Parts: sequence; structure tokens; C-alpha cells
Amino acid sequence: MAEKVTRRPYVREVPRVLWFLRHPRYVRYMVREVTCLFIGAYTLLMVVGLQRLSEGRASWEAFLEMLRSPWSIAFHALALGFSLYHTVTWFNLTPKALPVQVGESFLPDRVVAGAHYAAWALLSLVLLKLAGAY
Amino acid sequence: MTAFLTPALVTLTLLAGLGYVPDVLAYERLHAFAAHWLGKVALITVIFLSLWSVAHRLRITLYDIGVRADRGVAAAVYSAAGLASIAAAVFLFRV
Repeated sequence: MAEKVTRRPYVREVPRVLWFLRHPRYVRYMVREVTCLFIGAYTLLMVVGLQRLSEGRASWEAFLEMLRSPWSIAFHALALGFSLYHTVTWFNLTPKALPVQVGESFLPDRVVAGAHYAAWALLSLVLLKLAGAY
Repeated sequence: MTAFLTPALVTLTLLAGLGYVPDVLAYERLHAFAAHWLGKVALITVIFLSLWSVAHRLRITLYDIGVRADRGVAAAVYSAAGLASIAAAVFLFRV
């Protein structure tokens, strides 16, 4: 059967692993996906923090001391950057994910995204205020 | 959820690392927070949902970069997220 097919079908070559380098759009997608590694590592750090907290005061103070190491600060700076990227890219696509219909038409994209940004800013400010960060 | 909260949380521990420890991270305050049932619920909710979303995205990303053993990957990432969540719950219970 196969040898009777005279035309050769076009099979596009796609690299198996590094396909996303072909277009900046794909690279941005991959960067966004990689942010989850940092968010995951940070959440595990929170779990470790809870363990230290449950062990008592001395253990918690040692944990706070560990946070001061240059490695920890570098990790936090990276994690903050990646988590902001994750947040901003998500809010920018919320109009696509959660279109709000009013009557016949949909709310403009910037209203939907703007509402998310506003809620985010408010929530972050309240959280930081309650935490005594400022 | 992760999008709304994580940047502020990272900011808190970053401040602590820079030597400016926010009040909530002082032992008495955090211990009191984690000892209250509402604080426990809040902490475990944030941790569980973050880990779950990370596990799910890691699974999809691994598939994207050519790891096609999806069953194994799914089992690995979800059980890691589950184990870490259970560990967090146990630590919270002990506080």
C-alpha cells in the first residue's frame, strides 16, 4: 500500500525539545511556564518555614537568619520578578478567559483587565499593611 | 489566586531577608496566627492551591518539551504536591 503512494506528503520538521525557540511568542509562553518552578520553590520554602515555626522560637529565629543569606536574597529577587511576570501576563489575558457580557456587547478588554489589576493592588496593599510591612 | 497573592508574600520574606522583618514574621505574631484555626485554614489553602497549580503547569510544560510519559509525570508531580501539602498540614497541626 505505502509504496503505491506517488506523492510525498509534506511533514513539517518540528524540534522535539527546543521548538519554542522558533518564535518570540513561543519563548514568552515558555518563560511564563517556567515561572511555576519559582512559585513552587517559594511555596516549599513556606512549608519549611512552617516546620521551623512548629519547632519553636529558636528554630524560627534560625530560619529568619537563613533568609538573610545572599543566596536567599537572590532567590527572592528572582522569585519576585517571575511571580510579577506570571501575575501580569495572567491579568492581561483575563479579558480572553473571562469575557463579561452586558446586554448585547462585551465589556472592553481594558475594563476586565483593569478590574483585576485594581483588585490585585488593593489586596496586596491590605495584605502588606496587615503584615506590618509599612 | 497564586497571581493575586504570591508577589506580596515574596515581598514579605524578601523584606525579612533584607533585615527589615515585617511584624507578622516575628515569632509571637506568626505563632499566634498559625495557632488560630482561621490562620491555619488560610495558610493551608494558599499552600495547597499554589502547589496544585504548580504541579499541573509543570506536568503540561514537561509534555510540551517532549516528555511524553504523561501518566508517570502526572503521578510524580501530583503526589509531590500532595505530600508537601500533607507535610504543611502536619506542621500546622503541631503549632
